[in-house]
Amino acid sequence: MATAVLQSASATGAGGGKDIINDFSIVAATVNGSGSQTANMTLIRALFHMGIPVNGKNLFPSNIEGLPTWFTIRVSKDGYIARRDGVEILVAFNDQTVVEDIRLLPPGGVCFYSDELKLFNRSRDDIIYYQLPVKEVSREALDAAIASGAIRKDDRLKFKGRLASMVYVGVLAQMLGIDMTAIRQALENQFKGRRKPVEMNWNIVQRTADWARENLPKLDPYRVQPMNETAGKIIIEGNTAGALGAIYGGMTVAAWYPITPATSLADELEEYAAKLRKTPDGKATYAIIQAEDEIAAIGMVVGASWAGARAMTSTSGPGISLMTEFVGFAYYTEIPAVIWDVQRMGPSTGLPTRVSQGDLLKAYLLGHGDTKHIVLLPGSVKECFEFGHTAFDLAERFQTPVFVLSDLDLGMNYWMSEPFEYPAKPIDRGKVLDAEAVKRLGREWGRYKDVDGDGIPWRTLPGTEAPGAAYFTRGSGHNEYALYSERGEDWLRNMARLAKKHETAREYVPAPVIDQRQGARVGLMAFGSADPAVVEARDRLAKEGVETSYLRLRALPFSESVRDFIAAHEEVYVIEMNRDAQLASLLRMEYPELATRLVSIAYADGLPLTARFVTGQVLAHERELAGAGR
Amino acid sequence: MEATRPVNGKVNQLGLQKIEYDGSKTTLCAGCGHNSISQRIIDAAYELSLPQHKVIKLSGIGCSSKSPAYFMGRAHGINALHGRMPTVATGATVANHDLLAIGVSGDGDTGSIGFSPYKHMLRRNVPMVYIIENNGVYGLTKGQFSATSDEGQKTRYYGTQRFPSLDMCMEAIVAGAGFVARSFSGDAKQVRELLKAAMAYKGTAVLDIISPCVTFNDEPDSNKSFAYGKANEYPLHEIGVVLPFEEIQVDYEPGTVQQVKLHDGPTIQLRKLEAGYDATSKMGALARLDQAREKGEFITGLLYIDESRPTLPELENLVETPLAWLTEKDTRPSRESLDQIMREFM
Repeated sequence: MATAVLQSASATGAGGGKDIINDFSIVAATVNGSGSQTANMTLIRALFHMGIPVNGKNLFPSNIEGLPTWFTIRVSKDGYIARRDGVEILVAFNDQTVVEDIRLLPPGGVCFYSDELKLFNRSRDDIIYYQLPVKEVSREALDAAIASGAIRKDDRLKFKGRLASMVYVGVLAQMLGIDMTAIRQALENQFKGRRKPVEMNWNIVQRTADWARENLPKLDPYRVQPMNETAGKIIIEGNTAGALGAIYGGMTVAAWYPITPATSLADELEEYAAKLRKTPDGKATYAIIQAEDEIAAIGMVVGASWAGARAMTSTSGPGISLMTEFVGFAYYTEIPAVIWDVQRMGPSTGLPTRVSQGDLLKAYLLGHGDTKHIVLLPGSVKECFEFGHTAFDLAERFQTPVFVLSDLDLGMNYWMSEPFEYPAKPIDRGKVLDAEAVKRLGREWGRYKDVDGDGIPWRTLPGTEAPGAAYFTRGSGHNEYALYSERGEDWLRNMARLAKKHETAREYVPAPVIDQRQGARVGLMAFGSADPAVVEARDRLAKEGVETSYLRLRALPFSESVRDFIAAHEEVYVIEMNRDAQLASLLRMEYPELATRLVSIAYADGLPLTARFVTGQVLAHERELAGAGR
Repeated sequence: MEATRPVNGKVNQLGLQKIEYDGSKTTLCAGCGHNSISQRIIDAAYELSLPQHKVIKLSGIGCSSKSPAYFMGRAHGINALHGRMPTVATGATVANHDLLAIGVSGDGDTGSIGFSPYKHMLRRNVPMVYIIENNGVYGLTKGQFSATSDEGQKTRYYGTQRFPSLDMCMEAIVAGAGFVARSFSGDAKQVRELLKAAMAYKGTAVLDIISPCVTFNDEPDSNKSFAYGKANEYPLHEIGVVLPFEEIQVDYEPGTVQQVKLHDGPTIQLRKLEAGYDATSKMGALARLDQAREKGEFITGLLYIDESRPTLPELENLVETPLAWLTEKDTRPSRESLDQIMREFM
């Protein structure tokens, strides 16, 4: 074993000062495709098993192998899960970025670096350095694994990065005080109990932890301590949550086309459907089809829903554009469809692996002519699950496309959550007439007739054996009996009914979550993955003397409570991750009389929002107002 | 319905008259080939005694795609988007594999905007009858060339076609289709028998039917014209479909008749007009089609048949009950299973 080459720099943050416990961030800077994901997940799960609130965010390039990737782990005793500006602990494993990574550390920051880095140099003397014996440990571990037959000789290169990453797991465990039984448990979980890989990785972790204990004197103040804040909680990605939601929502057909960051939703759908949705004799109660493009995917969904399936697709912005014509068709012909849009930065390829909330307006109004849709806005993995199943109920109840607007941060990163609750309500298939009902109604029934006053007509499914059950579905003008019509009054009546249907949806979709503070002059409004930053910012603002109310929007169209909330506050900051203030624009369109109360904080640089940013923006504007004499 | 049926009217096995397979009145031009194809669909459905509630009619956009409104008015129908009907059919047949899907498309709808959906439908073997009402022009937008118009072909307003045509039958065979036929709307018997065979076939059955556009492409020198078809149609065989309850005639000379029994019971009989043509040979079919194109021949008949490939719903290994009719009991996993999954994420 190599001797420690550590030499303490004159680190300002070290020694003397108080320990910083359970309140810092770690970034592992590695090379995409090197296999560091397992190491990072092991750390997250171990911290989680120690009861410490934790959040993991992967900042990755649009690349399979070779470009830099950063995985950030935030531990927060206060339970904050938003991205944080500034990271105290760097794990430097990437030559391409090491110089810049070190530059970004705060004074007193910590740098664990691989001894394999060629471009590393101690460019700063106000941080603490620990060198890791990656070269030797990974070589020995590989030799041992090959000798024992755990891995094949040809796979040496493939495993090199994975085993090297485990070196920082062991050293960090020792240096930060991560419980080794928690690491073991995390590895078991990571490898689903498969003995060989668990042992192989565990050996490296143990060995490097021992090495660190003997060779690395602790010079920095950062450590973890067990808490009891994660008991009974889960840690999961939003795309997995959404897929599970769909499966428990009775999804029967899914069609999709690969696109980052939505692909893992379809992958998880495949995986869990195969486990949960087969009969004892192996027959499937679902079909999942990888389509030739997004147009085909939505076409299959429309066809399946028309024939009576609960059908869905998952995509991202570029796919949404391609689906435009079919979505307009489904709106107008009144065919249900569930469409997940895991948003990324656009237009076009944009930043395909970075987060955005840029599709709000597009999803709401997608189509040509007059269209407006139900859009669900999950703000947590738990809501990804919940909306994953209720989206089908809404789509079938309203016989219309329903969007679920997630995003890359929510969908592909790891979030702590209460376990998901089993759907409380039975599956709602909406207004479907069976053969008996059709026979009873006879000529009374019209496919596009509003008999209940809610704008929602009754439909029949192909295969219904009753005279008069069949009708012809067309995107062309049609009357209440689904007959071809170019008459202006038929068109007007139909469009008015569709608008009425939209009005009915206002109080039917998930209501906003409102925390109204008595006497608060300032309101905040946000949706989706902007939530954690806003939650944290409210605490910061309160400390600065700015008490805030908060409305978290969970769906479009707006319910009446949105208007009430705006009316109850002098300023409402509308916080969202796009350039053009899409939510604020919608609010101004809908409530022109309240438009002057709305202050937009629209910002999108591809990274998740931080509380520091939100706090800064609100404070700056508040001070401006105060200065202006308000 | 009962009241409208004349006493002693001729009925099929379901007790239905042929008129009961009608749709609404056509709005296509008088003499349009598409109308006679609609009529042949009615004939075939009547003769096969199809229950209409088990039929779905699908189409894209174009003159051809209007026609599903003009037959089988008691079946659900959907007039989808331009070129996208195969995707809708894919979803619908997976959602309910009990339904017989009849898709009507045109040469523009299939050969250009819908070319990718067409090819992918074929490779998936979506169970459906896929009819291409092929007239070589875009009728609804007034006579532009389609991708199936032959090089050198002239139209009234758009000059001469400068590019080679796409052959929808060759494309189908290359993409893996197991039922590929070409016909002529003026050959009523052949169209009807091919439709019956296609309706009994379990995978995608492609019928590329030359169907003259009397308004924009019916000049005698056009090879998509009625006069041309009448004069030049060259059937490779005489096709007959023998239903399970009918008796097969076996009084042919050995080697002159090819018989193919379909999974569903009917038998296709091909009485050879071109000796040596083997409808079960993929390469033979492709070679003959290529030769026909080179020589400008208008060959018709069941060009290729092979029912061995599994269909999409078969490959999906679906439960017996159509997905569309499954209930919560079948589609919502248990509370315990969710608890178990949640534990795995703890």
